[in-house]
Amino acid sequence: MKITSADDLEAARQAGLQKLQPGKPRIAVGLATCGIAVGGNKVYERLREIIKRDGLDIVLTKTGCIGYCREEPLVNISIPKKPLVILHKVTEADAEEIIKQVSRGKVPTDKALCRVPSWDHITGCTLEYGKGFTRIPLYAKVPFFQDQQKVILRDTGLINPEDIDEYIAVGGYKAAMKVLTGMDSEAVIKEVEKSGLRGRGGAGFPTGLKWRITRDAKADKKYIICNADEGDPGAYMNRNEMESDPHMLIEGMIIGAYAMGAAEGLIYIRAEYPLAIKRLKLALEQAREYGLLGSNIFGTGFSFDIGIATGAGAFVCGESTALVSSIEGRTGRPHPRPPRLTDVGGGLWGYPTDLNNVETWCNVPVIIINGSDWYAKIGSEGNTGTKVFSLVGKVDRVGLVEVPLGTTLKTIVSDIGNGGANNKKVKAVQTGGPSGGCIPVRMFDTTVDYESLNRVGSIMGSGGIVVMDEDTDMVDIARYFINFATGESCGKCVPCREGLKHALLLLNRIMAKKGTRKDIENLALLSDTIVATSLCGLGQSAPNPVLTTLAYFREEYDALVKP
Amino acid sequence: MDETTLDAIIARYEAPSGRLLGILGEIQDQEGYIPRETLAMLAEKLDVRLSQLYSLTTFYSYFSLTPVGDHVITVCMGTACHVKGAPGILQALEGMLGIKSDTSEDGKFSITTEDKKFTLEIARCFGACSMAPVLRIDGNLYGYATKEDLPTILAEYGWEP
Repeated sequence: MKITSADDLEAARQAGLQKLQPGKPRIAVGLATCGIAVGGNKVYERLREIIKRDGLDIVLTKTGCIGYCREEPLVNISIPKKPLVILHKVTEADAEEIIKQVSRGKVPTDKALCRVPSWDHITGCTLEYGKGFTRIPLYAKVPFFQDQQKVILRDTGLINPEDIDEYIAVGGYKAAMKVLTGMDSEAVIKEVEKSGLRGRGGAGFPTGLKWRITRDAKADKKYIICNADEGDPGAYMNRNEMESDPHMLIEGMIIGAYAMGAAEGLIYIRAEYPLAIKRLKLALEQAREYGLLGSNIFGTGFSFDIGIATGAGAFVCGESTALVSSIEGRTGRPHPRPPRLTDVGGGLWGYPTDLNNVETWCNVPVIIINGSDWYAKIGSEGNTGTKVFSLVGKVDRVGLVEVPLGTTLKTIVSDIGNGGANNKKVKAVQTGGPSGGCIPVRMFDTTVDYESLNRVGSIMGSGGIVVMDEDTDMVDIARYFINFATGESCGKCVPCREGLKHALLLLNRIMAKKGTRKDIENLALLSDTIVATSLCGLGQSAPNPVLTTLAYFREEYDALVKP
Repeated sequence: MDETTLDAIIARYEAPSGRLLGILGEIQDQEGYIPRETLAMLAEKLDVRLSQLYSLTTFYSYFSLTPVGDHVITVCMGTACHVKGAPGILQALEGMLGIKSDTSEDGKFSITTEDKKFTLEIARCFGACSMAPVLRIDGNLYGYATKEDLPTILAEYGWEP
C-alpha cells in the first residue's frame, strides 16, 4: 500500500493504534542490544511458549529500550482500561507468574517498576491506557525518570521498532507529509533555523544554517548523510535511537532531503551495531512499501531514497571529510577544509553534502509538528531542545538520560544517577569521549550546554557521560584516552601522529613512577602544541583529557613523580 | 571463500557509496578474517588494486588478515568498561588461555591459542556501556562481567582449565 493522502496516513495510524492497544492484553519485551544481552530474548521465548501452550489471547511483541538500562530486562504489560505497567529485572523464571497474573487482568506487582496511565507522544498523540494498580509507583515519580524530559526518546521502549504502523500510530510521518504537501524548502529551513537546533554530534553547528548552505550550493546533485558511526567510547544513545525508533531518523532525513533538494541519502553506521543495521534496513523497506521513500513520495513528485554504508571501526571517520572518504571506499584520512562537504567539489563524490548526526535528524520531525516556538522554549538561551546522554561508569543508576540542555551536571549525576555506585563518592565525570575532558565534582554546578562545557575545558561531544569515583586514578584515565587517540590517529599529520605517541610515552613513564616534574611540564607543553597544530578535530581535541586532568587533578600527577 | 559466495556478496552492493567497506565487512563477518586469496579475487573482480584493498583492511580495525580460532572472544575497552575493570578481565583471560598480549601483522590486538580454539581480541567500544565491563564471544554479549564469571562463561565454548 502506498500512502498518498492524509486519509491513507490516517488508515495506517488506525492500524497501528490497533496494534498498540489491541483491546486485549499486550506484552512487549524490551529487546534492544542491552535488553537482549541480559536475557530479554529468553524471556520473550518463554512467554511465547506459555502463551502458545495455553492457547491464550495475549499479544506478545517486542519493543526497544526506555533507557533505564540498569533495570533490564524490561517488560511492558498493557491490559485494556488499565495503566501500562513496566516490569523490571524480569527473568525466564518470572514468565509463568506474569502470564498467570495477566490472564486474570492483573500484573505481578512485586516485579513492577512503574505504571503509565497515559503517555504523551508529543506529536499530538496521547495514548490513554487507564486507571488502577495504584500500589505501583507512577512513571513520573520514579527518581530516574522524574527529572527527565523525553522528546527524542518519546517512543523508545513503548512502540515496536520493527513495525512502521506503530510509529505512524504515535504521530509518525505526519511531519514529512506536512512538509512535502504544504511547505516549500525555504519555510522548512526557516523553521529549523528558528528552532535553534544545533548539531548533536558534538560541535553544535546550527543545523538550519548548514541546510541553507547545502541547499544554496549550485550543483545538479546533492547528498545528505546521517553520521551513525558513534565512535566515542562510553556513548551509545545513537544505537538506542536507531534500534528503538528507526523511523524517526528516516522521517528526519526525508524532511531534510526535501528542504535541501537531495535525491539520495546515506546512513553511515558502524559495523559494530548489527541490530541497529538490521532494524534500519527493515525500517527502510517498510518505508519504501508505503511509498515514503522512493519515487513520487506522497504523490508529490518528490523522490528520495536512503542507502546504508557501514563503517569499519575507525574513530577518525567521525570527522566529516574522513567519513566521506570512507564511504567512497578509501582510508579515512581527513583533508584540510575548505573545501567543506557543503561546497561544490567537497562532498560525497564531489557533490555538495550535508552531514548530520543521528540525533540531529531525530529532532527534525517534532520541530515541524510542534513548531519552532514550542521547541525553542525547551532548554536554555542558545542551547535549545533536549539532549540524550549515556550516563555510565561508576554511577548508581546507569542508563540513557534525556534532559533539556542547560541542566546541571549535579542534576544528571546526583539526582537522576543517584551518585556513585556501591555508595562510593563521585570524583569527576568525563564528557565528550576522547575529545572531551574530565570535570571535577566541585564544578558540578556547570550546566550541560555547548559553551559551558567548553569553558571548563571539555566538550558536549555526542553525549557520553562517564562517571569516575574516588577509586578512579585520573592519570590512568588520561593515559587511557591518549592511548586510544594514538591508536586511532590516521597518521597523516605530524603533531597528532608523533605528538600523541610521545605524550603516551611521558604518561607511561609518569605512571611507572619514573617520571620527573619536567616530564609533567613537557606533557602540558606538548599537549598545547598538539591542540594548536593538528590538522583535524581528532588531534586538536585529543589532549583535552590530559589538559583537564592536569588542571583539576594536578596533585595526582605530582604524587607520582620525584620531587 | 569460494567464488560463488563472493559473487553473491558483490551483487548486494550495486551502488558505489559504501561498496568496498560493505563487501569487506561481509567477508570479515563470514570468515572471521579476510583471507588473502579472497582479497586478490575481489581486486580482480572489482578492478581495483590489491594494494588499495590491503590498505583498507589494515586501516580499519574491524578487519583482520589473520585467521581466527573456533571462538572469538572480544573484550570491550571502552571508557565505561575501562573504569569498571576491563584491563583486569583481559589479563585474566590471557592467563586462562595461556597467551600473552601481542599485536598481529596488521598492528591489531589479536591472539589465537596454539590449538586454534580461541582468539582473544579487544574492541574500542560495543556501545553496551550500561553493562560494563562487557565481553563478546561469537556475537553473544556478556555484561557485568567479573573475573569469577569467566570460567563458567568460557566453559560454554568448550574451555577446560
